Amino acid sequence: METIDITTIDYQHYLTATEIAAIEHEASIMETREAAGIEALKVVQAHRGWISDESLFAISDLLAVPIAQLEGVATFYNLIYRQPVGQNVIHLCDSIACHLTGLDSVLAAIKQYLNIDYGQTTVDGKFTLLSNACLGSCDKAPAMMIGTEHYQHLSPESAVDILQQLAVKGEVNG
Amino acid sequence: MAEQISNNPLKPLTQWVNLQQPLSFDDYCQAGGYQGAKVALQHSPKEVLDIVKNSGLKGRGGAGFPTGMKWSFVPMFEEGDEDAPDNKYLVANADEMEPGTFKDRLLLEGVPHQLVEAMIIAAYTIGANKAYIFLRGEYHLAAKRLQQAIDQAYQNNWLGEKIQGSAYSIDLYVHCSAGRYICGEETALINALEGKRAIPRAKPPFPQVSGLFGKPTIVNNVETLCNLPHILKNGIEWFQAIAPNSDAGSKIYGACGRVKNPGLWELPMGPTLREVLYDYAGGMQDGLQFRGLLPGGASTDFLVEEHLDTPMDFDSIAKVGSRLGTGGLIVLDDKNCPVAMVLNLMRFFAQESCGWCTPCRDGTPWAVEVLTRIEQGRGKIQDLDTLAKLCDFMWIGKTHCALAPGAVEPLRSALKYFHDDFLQHIEHGCCHYNPSMTAKRTHVSQTHSSQSIKSPLSPKAGQ
Repeated sequence: METIDITTIDYQHYLTATEIAAIEHEASIMETREAAGIEALKVVQAHRGWISDESLFAISDLLAVPIAQLEGVATFYNLIYRQPVGQNVIHLCDSIACHLTGLDSVLAAIKQYLNIDYGQTTVDGKFTLLSNACLGSCDKAPAMMIGTEHYQHLSPESAVDILQQLAVKGEVNG
Repeated sequence: MAEQISNNPLKPLTQWVNLQQPLSFDDYCQAGGYQGAKVALQHSPKEVLDIVKNSGLKGRGGAGFPTGMKWSFVPMFEEGDEDAPDNKYLVANADEMEPGTFKDRLLLEGVPHQLVEAMIIAAYTIGANKAYIFLRGEYHLAAKRLQQAIDQAYQNNWLGEKIQGSAYSIDLYVHCSAGRYICGEETALINALEGKRAIPRAKPPFPQVSGLFGKPTIVNNVETLCNLPHILKNGIEWFQAIAPNSDAGSKIYGACGRVKNPGLWELPMGPTLREVLYDYAGGMQDGLQFRGLLPGGASTDFLVEEHLDTPMDFDSIAKVGSRLGTGGLIVLDDKNCPVAMVLNLMRFFAQESCGWCTPCRDGTPWAVEVLTRIEQGRGKIQDLDTLAKLCDFMWIGKTHCALAPGAVEPLRSALKYFHDDFLQHIEHGCCHYNPSMTAKRTHVSQTHSSQSIKSPLSPKAGQ
C-alpha cells in the first residue's frame, strides 16, 4: 500500500486567500493558533460543504496542529461534517419538546418524501438528513434548521412543503 | 414581550426585549442602558464584587451557585505585582443546549446590548481584559445581533482601549461553537475555546484560578450576567425586593410540551409550579391531562401533581427532590408515553456524552438499550432492576462530570412516579400510548428477547 508523507505536500495553494484570512482573523483573537482550529474547520466547511482529508491536512498545516488532534476535534463536534453532504443539510430537532409535540410524524413524512434515513443524502445530492440536539425552539416545536434558517411549528405537511420549495430553489446552504 | 421601550422594574431582564428589531446602541442608552456599567466604573473592582456578593445573585445556568462567591475565587493583584498573570478571562456561557431551555436565546436575540454591558461589568470586576461569548453554533441570528452590538459598543468606546475615559481596557469577541451539549459544562467549554475536544477537566484547579489558556477565568451563564447592569444601576435593595422569598431578583421561566401557551415569562423568583403551568402556560391543551413535568430542563427530576404548589426557587424545588435547573418546564401529558419520554431524554444524553468516563460513556447507551426494549414491549421485569442499578452507577461522585447524574435524574424519578407505566409495558408486552410502534416491532421481539441484559461493554443504541 502506498503511503503518503503529508509533510511534503504543499498546502499553501490548497486553501483560498479568503479562507486563510478568516482563519488568521480567528487565530489573532485567540492566544494560541490551536484555539482557532474549530473555527478553521467551520470556515473551510462553509466554503466547501464538508471537511475532506485534504482540508483537514491543510488546516493542520496552517495552524501547526497535529492532524490526529484536529481529526479528534473534527469528529467530536456535531456541526462539522467529515463526509460529503447534500446542498441542504436538514437538522431536525429530536429533543424532548419536539418529541412531545409530534416529531415522529414529521420525521416519517420527511423520510418518506426524501426516501432517506438519518445520516443519508438523497441521490440528487440536494438533501442530507441529520438529527440535532435541542434547537432551542421548544415553545415552537417541532423545529428544524436548514442552513442558517430555523423552521418552527412543523407539521408533516409544512415540513414537506419547505423541502419542496428548497428543492425547486436549488439553494446552496451549509 | 415588550414591543416598545418601556421600563418595568419587575422585569429588568426582558423589559427591553424586542425580537423583531433589538435596541440600537442609542436606543439602549436612552432606555437606561450602560448606566450600570457607568456605576461599576465609578467603583473599584472590589466594591463592585461586594455589591454583587451582597445582592444575593445566584447562577441562572442550572447550578444556582452564588455569583459573587464564584468571582471571589479569582486572584486579584495590585499593579506591578510580579505574580500577576498577563491576563484573565471572562466567558459568557451562551451554549444553551439543555433540551426544553430557550431562555437565553430571548436575551441574546432580543436585547444583545444588555449582555455586552453585563460582560463589561463582570470583566471589570474580576480584572479580565479579554472576554468571549461562547455561543452555540445554531444561534445564527444571535451571532449576527451580538456582533452588531459589539461593533457599536467599540464605536462608542464601551469596548476597546481605556473605556469611557477610565484606565480599564476590554476586548469582547463572539465564538460560535460547532455543537456539543457538553460545552455547557464550564471546563469543557474552556477546552472547546482552546480548540480542543470539549471534555470536562478535572477540578481542582478550578477555572477561577487556572482556566482558559491556564489563566484565571470566570464562566457565567447569559441570564446570570444580564442581571448585573440592573443590580449596579438600581441597587441591592431593589434587586432583593423583586423576589418575595430568600432568593433575589427575577428569573425567566418557561414551559414547553402540549400546554396551551408555551413560552417564556420573566417573573419574580419563586412562582409556584402551578402558577407557571396554569396562569402563564395556560394549562394543558384541550383533551389532555397533566401527568408530570421536569422543572428545569432535561436533566432534572420529574415532579407530579402533588408538587405543583412548590415555589420555583432553588431551595424549594430541591426540597421536593428535583432541581430548579434552568426554570423551563417540560410538561408531560397523558397521551404521551412516560417511558418514551425518558427514552428520548436518555438518547440525548447518550449521544451527547463526551465519552471520557466509563459510567457515562457505557451507562447512558446501556440505559437507552434497556428503555428501548421496554418501550417496544420486549422488556422483562429484571430490566427495572438494571435501570435502578444504572441510576446508581451514574450518580454523583462516580462520574467525571455532571452529565451522567443529570441523565439519571429524569430516569430515576420516572421509575418512581410512572412505575405502573413501566410495569404495564413489561406485563402486556406493548406500549398503550403508541400501539403502532409495538405492532411494528413484534416480529423482531422473538430474536431479541433472549438477550435481556447485554454486556455494558457492547452498547450500540443511542448513537
